[in-house]
Amino acid sequence: MPVANIQVSETPLVLYALRRADDALILGHRLSEWCGHAPMLEEDMALSNIALDLIGQARELYTYAAKAEGKDNDEDKLAYLRDVRQYRNLLLVEQPNGDFAQTLVRQFFYSAFADLYWRAMMASRDTTLAAIAAKSEKESAYHLRHASEWIIRLGDGTDESHARAQAAIDHLWAFTGEMFAVDEAERALIHAGIAVDPGTLRGRWLTTLSDVAGEATLALPQNDWMQQGGRVGRHSEHLGHLLSELQSMQRTFPGQTW
Amino acid sequence: MVTVLDRDSDLRRRAWDAAASVVDPEIPVLTIADLGVLRDVVLDGDRVEVAITPTYSGCPAMNMIALEIEVALERAGFRQPKVRTVLSPAWTTDWMSEEGRSKLRDYGIAPPQASNSRRALFGEQAVACPQCGSKDTELLSEFGSTSCKALWRCKACREPFDYFKCH
Repeated sequence: MPVANIQVSETPLVLYALRRADDALILGHRLSEWCGHAPMLEEDMALSNIALDLIGQARELYTYAAKAEGKDNDEDKLAYLRDVRQYRNLLLVEQPNGDFAQTLVRQFFYSAFADLYWRAMMASRDTTLAAIAAKSEKESAYHLRHASEWIIRLGDGTDESHARAQAAIDHLWAFTGEMFAVDEAERALIHAGIAVDPGTLRGRWLTTLSDVAGEATLALPQNDWMQQGGRVGRHSEHLGHLLSELQSMQRTFPGQTW
Repeated sequence: MVTVLDRDSDLRRRAWDAAASVVDPEIPVLTIADLGVLRDVVLDGDRVEVAITPTYSGCPAMNMIALEIEVALERAGFRQPKVRTVLSPAWTTDWMSEEGRSKLRDYGIAPPQASNSRRALFGEQAVACPQCGSKDTELLSEFGSTSCKALWRCKACREPFDYFKCH
């Protein structure tokens, strides 16, 4: 018996929390795929710990989205019982792990943004979002430091690691534009002082990127054509495969608990 | 009137002490009071509600801690105790008590530094070895056995050690 997808009434605030929750959950899940497979024990633990932070952030955000919606949904239903087209995450975070360089470049692009974003969100007029931001900001500072150190090590390492890191940057670049895009629903929240205008963060994000890339002897792409769609549920083929694994237990045994 | 107040403050103290006796399952030398996780104990008649704040967003110890608080309060005679999680203000390692810091050091974990050191990028921190006290130490991994710890090594006594990250 297939389990029906839940319906979510996406008011601007619900949608806003859901988008950030989906970013954190999907990226956390991707990182957790490294558990037991990372190139060394320390890194296995690091990636799993970062995954744990992100899934923790996702839980707070889902709980808040469910509360803001005020229906029958909760964090588990939002994570386990929505299908691909109902997911609102950035295309960047659902991209496959690829090699170690690709995982770390994805992490670097996201963390450099998340670090600025959560710090700015601490001033949100929405007290719950501000509280979640205060916690997430501390975590993303460590995530960014971890990713930055790896980018430098890979870029300024061997010819092989340099080539792989550069290839990952070139490949993932087109997925970074979505982080700074704003639609009408979000514009209203920005006006109300609830959300941050991500466009205002792009300059500092680029500075972080060029500082680290410079030290890593890597080049940032010049092309500015950007891929979009994740925020409205148009995803790459990869998300469906990820969800089939993430949701398989709840889909097979509906409502089961630990 | 006075007796009622005394009874209440006595009850509240008993509830606080019971909750404060709960230890972090991953660092059993620290109580949740040492950690600054225990925020408040509120009495309503004979009902007691305890407020705690999560350390890290994804800390798996929080569920365990909440359960153990309930058990400790039941044992102390409080019926149907409640545990509430408060997100704001966000927990910081600056709330860790001096006693907690020295217990950590004795346990072999370097205690957290002041929270402004978090933004020190690329090895600018100096963490003293909890074994020999030397400051000649190096970071091995930003993430240790739990998300609140990093893995360091002392270059003087050669011992690897955990550092409780500032947060």
